[in-house]
Amino acid sequence: MNDAATLEKPSGDVTQLPRAKRPVRTVELPESIIEVVSDSGEGAQRCGQSLGSVAAKSGNGVWTVEIIPAEIQPPARSVAGASGNRVRIGSRPVTNGGDEADLVVAFNEQVLLGRVRAGELKPGCIILLESMWRNDRNPSVVASYVATRDKLLEAGYRVYEIPMEQECRKLVSDPRRGKNMFVLGMLCSIYSLDLELAREQIAITFGKKDQKVIEANIGLLEAGWHWADANLDFRYWIPPAHVAQPQLVVNGNTALALGVLASGMEICAMYPITPATSVSHYLSDVFERVGGLVHQAEDEIAACAFAVGASYAGKCTATVTSGPGYSLKQEAIGLAVMAEIPMVVINVQRGGPSTGQPTKGEQGDLLTAIYGSHGDAPKVVMAASSIEDCFYSVITARKIAETFNMVVVLLSDANLATGQQPFPRPKFSEGWLAPPIDQSAVAEGSKPYDWDRVTGLARRFMPGQPHGMHTLTGLAHDRDSHVAYDPLSNEEGLRHRSLKLAALQKTLRPLQVFGDGSGDLLVIGWGSTKGAIEEAVARLRADGLKVSSLHLQFLQPMAPGLKEIMQRFRKVMTVESNWSDDPSDEIVDAENRRYSALAMMLRARTLIDVDCWTEVRARPIKPGIIAEALRAKLQE
Amino acid sequence: MTLEVTNCLLRMYEEHHNLEDYQGGVPRWCTGCGDNAILTAMQRLCRDNDLRPEKTVFVSGIGCSSRLPHYMRTYGFHGIHGRALPVAEGIKMARPDLHVFVNTGDGDCCSIGAGHWIHGIRYNMNMTMVLHDNHVYGLTKKQVSPTSPRGLKSNTTPRGAYLEALNPLTVTLGVQNVSFVAQAVDWIPEALYDVLSMAFRHRGFSFVRVIQRCPEFLPNMFDPWLQNPQKTLLLTHERGLHVSANMAKVYNNRKEHDPLDLDRAREVASAEDPIPVGLLYQNPAVPCYEDLRRSGQLRTADYVRAGLEAEFDKFTVWPAEQERSKPAA
Repeated sequence: MNDAATLEKPSGDVTQLPRAKRPVRTVELPESIIEVVSDSGEGAQRCGQSLGSVAAKSGNGVWTVEIIPAEIQPPARSVAGASGNRVRIGSRPVTNGGDEADLVVAFNEQVLLGRVRAGELKPGCIILLESMWRNDRNPSVVASYVATRDKLLEAGYRVYEIPMEQECRKLVSDPRRGKNMFVLGMLCSIYSLDLELAREQIAITFGKKDQKVIEANIGLLEAGWHWADANLDFRYWIPPAHVAQPQLVVNGNTALALGVLASGMEICAMYPITPATSVSHYLSDVFERVGGLVHQAEDEIAACAFAVGASYAGKCTATVTSGPGYSLKQEAIGLAVMAEIPMVVINVQRGGPSTGQPTKGEQGDLLTAIYGSHGDAPKVVMAASSIEDCFYSVITARKIAETFNMVVVLLSDANLATGQQPFPRPKFSEGWLAPPIDQSAVAEGSKPYDWDRVTGLARRFMPGQPHGMHTLTGLAHDRDSHVAYDPLSNEEGLRHRSLKLAALQKTLRPLQVFGDGSGDLLVIGWGSTKGAIEEAVARLRADGLKVSSLHLQFLQPMAPGLKEIMQRFRKVMTVESNWSDDPSDEIVDAENRRYSALAMMLRARTLIDVDCWTEVRARPIKPGIIAEALRAKLQE
Repeated sequence: MTLEVTNCLLRMYEEHHNLEDYQGGVPRWCTGCGDNAILTAMQRLCRDNDLRPEKTVFVSGIGCSSRLPHYMRTYGFHGIHGRALPVAEGIKMARPDLHVFVNTGDGDCCSIGAGHWIHGIRYNMNMTMVLHDNHVYGLTKKQVSPTSPRGLKSNTTPRGAYLEALNPLTVTLGVQNVSFVAQAVDWIPEALYDVLSMAFRHRGFSFVRVIQRCPEFLPNMFDPWLQNPQKTLLLTHERGLHVSANMAKVYNNRKEHDPLDLDRAREVASAEDPIPVGLLYQNPAVPCYEDLRRSGQLRTADYVRAGLEAEFDKFTVWPAEQERSKPAA
């Protein structure tokens, strides 16, 4: 795009020259939100992730959020094409991506504009902008750059123009590919992070490549560090908390995959779909090393049917998918419910309906998860609420599936899928693993569906067990697994399959309220919004407001004591990332208003007048926005 | 995985099974239905190979044919329409020690489950699939199927089927990794049994199409073939169909066909009259998907733990030895 002559030309007429260096005072901050955005393929994501890892190693609380365009290669320099990472670094553990950004690094002014228009920047925040566009051969690029920069300055942003490419060219021939490590160096300097940790991080990131690549990137890192040190007039320090425990830093999808490994499951069947696929990418790489395998089936239906077959004949099996794939699996899920075959179905939710928003998170599949498949198909529905939870939930899901011979649906979403957060390294327990499959003879004459009258549970007979032979069927069947169309047998099957949910509910731990056990407002949430909701509640509580929150891990069945807790609050509302009608819309009234999924469930279950507040803006809900909604509810 | 565990069970005594050991519920197919012939041949096959009933699974989808598992006294899996193959593949992957059979119909396999059929051939897992092809939907009461001849009047094509019939043999032989294709007809039980035996002995995905009568909805469709033995072409070869003296007397329209010859197999498969009966193609060298995928490693807790800890190590941030302090200004 730029010819060398233009770049070599001294550019004394513009403001990108280093500012006069004054002694820099290091300012202590409790936390900071940093965004790095570029065109797709310029490495801003790797830069952001590396920054997150370095901060985590330093003992800081970290949460990273990927900024992903929907297309793989959106046009360069486009407002909708911003690709990168948001990194929130704090002194204390960080549970969500936070509100607006404090500092943004942008590789061009167009992707920056995308973030400005989305309202992701704090007014007056620091912007570090690549200045090469000033010298672009294309006059319209220059004009757009200058105009954007001027407008941002006018709007009060602190814009620093930085000759990133020019500086990188001193070290490498293709600066477009190395700029991200230069930026990492700058950020390490700005946030007083240990350069040695960053060097180690580069060695890990590029570990598979040869030493020259690692050295070149370390060179760029150091150049960025020195440039910032010499030229920038601000520096921050976010005191780390002392962490005595080793921490695992992974994103939600990797955590899910690690959970599959740790659960003792042996087979995961899948079909590629965004944003679930990276679970299988990672699992495909490592599963065989622990004796398991990922089967990429010919379609979503086959993936689910494969999992059903494998679970029927062996240990519980997992299938991983997202929205549209989850819809396709419904018939096979119904079969597993009917035949009481354990199976774990992981749904990394994305925006829907239909193809919806493949890379964006939403909590729109709750009711489908609970009620999906035709007829009455009771299954267990859980939701992971943090990265750590993604890991442990798979282990729990496998156990429940095998104990109750049920389908367990585990809901995650795109926000957890790509978000990173350190959590204590799990300590292996043999109890995580599935027991060996039972190949002992069953007593002659015993029945394959000998349902317990109280719990609905029946021992599962599996191929290889002498005297256990029967034909499993998706048709209505009696205790012998014989097809039974008579009215009593049908009802008996339905009753016992349903009773298993009640039996599981009796074993669930009572809920823990975040905040006081009674008050003016109880907020109920589920899934990835936990961190943001609790942060909002904490802020209001700090202001003396009587707000508490509950976060549900189990959506079906729900933990005991829920109604009793709700009754101790004057108002109850859910906060969710799915659709609900706005009661102030002209033709919406109390009779026709469509509530959000959890609110609908809670209203039906408790007969309490639960309200809801929802947002579906294809981004994680910000704690500040939740706090406003809660204040409004309190003032109603 | 579980292969070693399930295979090391010691057999302390020899078991011998008779036909009754494989007979489940009383078949509820119509009198004269070709499914009965297939069921009988299957039960004979199990007995003659002394298959342990608890180690044998018959998997089916939905349709008349898919009732078959209920009439066996082995493990059975009567699942959902069109999905017998992926279920069977899951079973075989989890448990290579089991004998897996798939019974499917022309609607189940060639229509709603067609995608799985193509990929089932590619996976080439060690199982026997029998396509009960009666050219019509029976359970739902006479609708046109993909293998119905053009012009067939049915409840959904009252003025006759619009399209030419799909040929399951040529489709199967056209898919990469095909390893076994044979055809039989329900009215020559001896050949049916022999074809199923060859299929069972083949290590890989054995596809057997059985042309069968539906006395209820297409009562006369195969009369010309029943009346004229010349309309049946027996494929003979030393590695193929065994033609007994009795069979030879009736069916003297025979042709020597080398089952290793894929091009000739495709030609034979294309001919619909006379109907070819016997082994069209067999390639024992195609690898089985389960052999490619399974490590065979016994998964002890220590083994899983070691693998998991190694993964944890990749992502672990160890606490710094010294607490960082605020840098000097």
